[in-house]
Amino acid sequence: MADSDVLHAKHVLEYPYSRSVGPVIGAFLTALRDGRFVGVVGSGGSVIVPPTEYDPITGDDTGELVEVGPGGVVESWAWVSHPRRKHPLAHPFAWALITLDGAGTALLHAVDAGAPDALSTGARVTARFRPAGERVGSMSDVEAFVLEGGAAR
Amino acid sequence: MTDQPSAGSGEPIGPVTMLATPIRLDFDFTPGVAQSRFLRGLERGTFLGQRCPTCHKVYVPSRGTCPTDGVATTEDVELAGTGTVTTYCVVNVPFAGQSIEIPYIAAQVLLDGANLSFMGLIQEIPADEVRMGMRVEAVWVAPDELTPSLASVRYFRPNGEPDADYDTYKEYL
Repeated sequence: MADSDVLHAKHVLEYPYSRSVGPVIGAFLTALRDGRFVGVVGSGGSVIVPPTEYDPITGDDTGELVEVGPGGVVESWAWVSHPRRKHPLAHPFAWALITLDGAGTALLHAVDAGAPDALSTGARVTARFRPAGERVGSMSDVEAFVLEGGAAR
Repeated sequence: MTDQPSAGSGEPIGPVTMLATPIRLDFDFTPGVAQSRFLRGLERGTFLGQRCPTCHKVYVPSRGTCPTDGVATTEDVELAGTGTVTTYCVVNVPFAGQSIEIPYIAAQVLLDGANLSFMGLIQEIPADEVRMGMRVEAVWVAPDELTPSLASVRYFRPNGEPDADYDTYKEYL
């Protein structure tokens, strides 16, 4: 059998799930739609972001919602030289763990830093939200984080 | 995405309660040399199997090797479109994207001359009359609709022959 007789086909496998988010994640997503971040106060008084319904260490109910960010500190990062189709940015960027101001936990998001030389652990970043009319209550309402004082685009 | 209108719509909006989380995989699939041969056979309206040179069993579709002897299967065998229902199940559960009416029958059909059964639909008979050993024949799509896909086989239907003796298919259950 000639190689040209070997078949190839494009396949798509898709599950159109939607899920209910509950009162706590729902509040977080609602805040994102409003262009801000909220976390929740955990058992030890530290603020968990994104918020959870239960403290991940003690299992106790978490407390009140508090506003955090939109600035924060890069705890750790990895540079993406060749973004893939579903990545949040079409040009090179960093995935980073970011502790928002007022938060006790870090959040994973993209940093649009331009080049890896521009980014470092400990760098100050701030959220670049999508315009109000485009925000739907999703993590992608934050287009990316950018370096404070030197935003790449 | 949420079930609320967006912030830009000007309508009152409540808290976010739902999140769309579609999972989607786009991929290129190749069935490889052996299964491409089988699929090209379907495109011609035939079931094409392969015989093991060691144990002489005929696999359809062939994966290109004999799973028992571990050797390449090189001899093509064109099989008749008739066979025997070895086992079957009655599908009564509706699901999204279902294209045939329930109840319907998904059966393992042992094609004449083959030593491996494969799954097919059984139609043109009430679901409660399908039985093990029932003799069936393939019903193909119209010649101009044949493709290198199992969709070329519409289903199997009873071919009117007496039921096969249990001993003829007991090794294939």
